Amino acid sequence: MVPLQWYIWLATAVFAIGVLGFLTRRNIIIMFMSIELMLNAVNISLVSFSHYLQDMRGQILSLFVITVAAAEAAIGLAIIIALFRNKATAHVDEMAETKG
Amino acid sequence: MKSYQLIPFLPLAAFVINILLGKRIIKDKAHWIAVPAVLASWVISVFTLFDVIGGKVFNEDLYTWIISDGFIVSVGFLVDQLTAVMLIVVTTVSSLVHIYSVGYMHGDKGYYRFFSYLSLFTFSMLMLVMANNFLQLYFGWEAVGLCSYFLIGFWYEKKSASDAGKKAFIVNRFGDFGFGLGVIMIFLTFGTIHYEPVFNAVNGIVGQSINILGYDISLVTLIALLLFCGAVGKSAQIPLHVWLPDAMEGPTPVSALIHAATMVTAGVFMVARCNPIFNLSHVAMNVVAVTGAVTALFAATIALVQNDIKRIIAYSTISQLGYMFLACGVGAYAAGIFHLYTHAFFKALLFLGAGSVMHAMAGELDIQKMGGLKKYMPWTYWTFLLASLSIAGIPGFAGFFSKDEILWQAYASGPLGKIVWFLGAVTALLTAFYSFRIVFVAFHGKFRGTHEQEHHLHESPKVMTLPLAILAIGAIISGWVGIPPLIGEFLGIEHSDKFGAFLAPVVGHPHAEGTHGEEIFVMLLSILFAVGGIITAFFMYIKRPEIPVQLGESMKTAYRVLWNKYYVDELYHLIIVRPTFWVAQSVIVGVTDGKIIEGIVNGVPRAIGGFSEILRRVQTGFAHHYAAVMALGLLIIMIFLIL
Repeated sequence: MVPLQWYIWLATAVFAIGVLGFLTRRNIIIMFMSIELMLNAVNISLVSFSHYLQDMRGQILSLFVITVAAAEAAIGLAIIIALFRNKATAHVDEMAETKG
Repeated sequence: MKSYQLIPFLPLAAFVINILLGKRIIKDKAHWIAVPAVLASWVISVFTLFDVIGGKVFNEDLYTWIISDGFIVSVGFLVDQLTAVMLIVVTTVSSLVHIYSVGYMHGDKGYYRFFSYLSLFTFSMLMLVMANNFLQLYFGWEAVGLCSYFLIGFWYEKKSASDAGKKAFIVNRFGDFGFGLGVIMIFLTFGTIHYEPVFNAVNGIVGQSINILGYDISLVTLIALLLFCGAVGKSAQIPLHVWLPDAMEGPTPVSALIHAATMVTAGVFMVARCNPIFNLSHVAMNVVAVTGAVTALFAATIALVQNDIKRIIAYSTISQLGYMFLACGVGAYAAGIFHLYTHAFFKALLFLGAGSVMHAMAGELDIQKMGGLKKYMPWTYWTFLLASLSIAGIPGFAGFFSKDEILWQAYASGPLGKIVWFLGAVTALLTAFYSFRIVFVAFHGKFRGTHEQEHHLHESPKVMTLPLAILAIGAIISGWVGIPPLIGEFLGIEHSDKFGAFLAPVVGHPHAEGTHGEEIFVMLLSILFAVGGIITAFFMYIKRPEIPVQLGESMKTAYRVLWNKYYVDELYHLIIVRPTFWVAQSVIVGVTDGKIIEGIVNGVPRAIGGFSEILRRVQTGFAHHYAAVMALGLLIIMIFLIL
């Protein structure tokens, strides 16, 4: 039996990769993928805790997260395409429209 | 509602209609509203006068205006003998001025505005004279001030006119301030400001005094002097006379109205109305008498050398008002009011005559540029001559009876009376001289204006000469109701001084100490002075026109002082206007406005701007910066939770 800690370490590692990826990379597609990584890291921890605690609510919650992630992917990609049409670039340093 | 209550409200209604509908609907028909209203007021006033002669005195409250604890004020009317006389004076002169204005203001673009202000002016003055309490008097007092501001500055595009309007208003404020304090003192002393209870209780405060800055001042003297402050401002006495000559900037019918009926007489009326208060204070009475006498002489000397026809008449008004105060100051209120009443006729006539001359001369005011107008404008000339005879005090004319009555009462009232009588008698000489100076310089001799002006010369339309004729009749016969008993006996008329007897219930009858011989002496002397003044003027301006020029050269300093009106305006400019401007410029603009208000107004946004300058750095617009901050925040929260 694989101990719970391993799963947590895995989730932490995946989440950390996601965060670092989001913060360091400048390509908007890759940043988007990093967000997906973070969401999946959360899913891993949800499912493992669900199994550990013998409570189905964690797994149901992870299904919700997947659903939301799918919707987010659809909308997010649509926004990226719209941005790309206007800016002709996928580099986020070019996108500082909300500067104060 | 009794009919006399309509007297003030008809002009008010005319004002409301004209001011609301004048611009779009009524336009140059405004006089069809204003003239009938004031004429109706006049008719009712005449009926009211007969009611009062018949022995009725009205004193009733229309409604309660203010109730504030013990302070209860009603709007109410008191119509007694004094008010009845004032009603006749105000509505008569006002009606004639209204009619005259139809011709004079014809074609002016502010025609409806002019008539609405005239109506409002009349309403204000009627409220003033009909008041039965001090607050309503004060209301009328301020309202005539406001209307004078409107009308003096009627041609507001002209800077001098709007300045003169402001000057009249501001100078009046000085006097009104004292008057307001007087009303407050009356309320504090008596607990009411209605005439009747105040005048009934006033005997009870004799001997009481009030301590101001360590000095004990008799309460009744203080009240009387404060009230007199208001009269000094409104009736243009020294030292607040400076506004009246400048008020000539207004249209001429307005000058006639202000000088004869609706404004400057308010002060005299108020002093006569408050005679129960004034009678109790010797100090106040002497102040009134001396102020009046000095003003009379002072203004008459200025009038000697001026060349502006309206200014000469304006100074003559100040001088005649001085006579009225002189009379009030020696206790001869009836004589003062009598002079007010006769003066209204001949002064309105002089002004309207001057307006008629200006009308013909395309606005020319300098009498040196006129001359020989007699043959071009006979109506104006003859009526003007009658008015001048009246003001000079030629026997038989109205001015003679009233002026003689004042001089005699002054002479007969004790040692101070002798002094003011002497000043008044000298003034009578000067009055005759300067009045006939206008007549001889402007109407006789050769025309000295430009050719265009000469070509343009014409008699004014009937609508203007008719009021002149009516006023001329008044200038002759209005004095016949107050023939002194001395002449009355001589002519075989019993109770010839009807006017004095009529007013006696309100203002009492002064006790004249003097023999018949003295009375004849005073009368002959004033006749002598009147005739002497006219003959001197005739000699100097018709026979030997070079004399005035030589006289002016030989007495250069005196001439210059008189020409510059004793430099009073310059003095006020130096001690009041300039310091005020300096304070405004350096303290108000420099410190209060520049440092404090601007400091707050500019400082607050600058502080906010500076703070936001720091804060906006946070908002870079880069999504990963926000994400980094979020991650950092998350990290910090986790560290806290773990620790």
